[in-house]
Amino acid sequence: MVEYRIDRSSGVPAYVQIVEQTERALRMGTLRVGDKLPTAREVVAATAINPNTVLRAYRDMEQAGLVELRRGLGTFVTRSLARPGAEDDSPLRAELADWTARARAAGLERADILALVTAALDTHDDTKDSRAPGDPERAEEDA
Amino acid sequence: MTGPDAPAALRATGLGFRYRRRAAWPLRDCGFTVPTGRVVALVGRNGAGKTTLLHLAGGLLRPSAGELRVLDAEPGSPEARTRVALLTQDKALYPRFTVADTLLMGEKLNPRWDGATAERTVREGGIPLHARVGELSPGQRTRVALALALGKRPELLLLDEPMADLDPVARGGIMAALMADAAERGTTIVLSSHVLPDLEQTCDWVLLLRDGRIELSEDVDALRGDHVVLTGHADRADELAARHTVVDRRDGGRQTTALVRRHGPLSGDWHVERPSLEDILVGHLRTGSDPGGRTEEAA
Repeated sequence: MVEYRIDRSSGVPAYVQIVEQTERALRMGTLRVGDKLPTAREVVAATAINPNTVLRAYRDMEQAGLVELRRGLGTFVTRSLARPGAEDDSPLRAELADWTARARAAGLERADILALVTAALDTHDDTKDSRAPGDPERAEEDA
Repeated sequence: MTGPDAPAALRATGLGFRYRRRAAWPLRDCGFTVPTGRVVALVGRNGAGKTTLLHLAGGLLRPSAGELRVLDAEPGSPEARTRVALLTQDKALYPRFTVADTLLMGEKLNPRWDGATAERTVREGGIPLHARVGELSPGQRTRVALALALGKRPELLLLDEPMADLDPVARGGIMAALMADAAERGTTIVLSSHVLPDLEQTCDWVLLLRDGRIELSEDVDALRGDHVVLTGHADRADELAARHTVVDRRDGGRQTTALVRRHGPLSGDWHVERPSLEDILVGHLRTGSDPGGRTEEAA
């Protein structure tokens, strides 16, 4: 069974940490379809976090189709997360390896590279999020 | 939002308290609603009125003005007394009783006594039932007091600084016991504390008192979503303050760092960071102490 570890100082909300750790376990295969997640009481008794946080994480994962809540029985994994594209031999991974080599050759430190990737992700996600109607100012900024 | 008919664990309207006429008001003009099923952080600086508010909710004090309802009942009424438990700072226990005697007393005094829960709470702390209360460590005594409170099967559990004087391991243990009870039975928990990191991932509602008034009564996620820490040029700060609420601000040369409650999207060249709950609470607690802030009424 998966054991959650909550980092209180990370600034990442606990429910996000639970979702991320579950997803990681699904990607690594330590959690498989049919496995039962710990109950909210078990998680909070071990981590001293708010039970609503655990329920929210489980609800989010249920909506994402990763787990299923069976009444009176518990929460069970319904889908694997071994994603095409994330394996060792995928084209995306190879491109990233090439790019990383170029960034290194250009003299960038590890932190610089991570910052670039994070910034690119942020820009990408922001562009997607901020295209809401009635938000002309943001659209101008993006232009 | 919580409407007037939604179930509320705590509902205050125009609530005020003072010990006698013409004395200062430790609490005044408090209006707020806390929904049921929440884990509530009651925060405020020393003397802000936290203990007064908890004692009012527990029925140990009566309001001097306005009204406070707990689970839609009057604090201290027979109905409220069976559904509300208050753990005060002094944790009144008989030092010469054994732990088992203490739990037996709980059973005799409470019609709805849940012996299994009380015993489990004690056992999970590794406390022998035959030990005398007076010989226990502060952490163990807190746990016994908590066992008494949980044995009542309260729907609303009020705790005044339950974690003061406890080491980090004991604090984590007490917090885990509280969270487990909330998980199992949906208990509404209100705890006052100065140890803000303990509240970080445990509380989902904040009641912030300043100078006897309620400054915040809000969902933690909403607070997190609205607040940002901005760093940028000091000469842009006024522009920022015109559109958003600057809760707390510190200038260093040309640079300013501000905790901001934003209203709508941010514009301008600011470095944006997400504050922790602790950052948000400290920012709000510090605001009142600024010179030029709220002026204290002469008592």
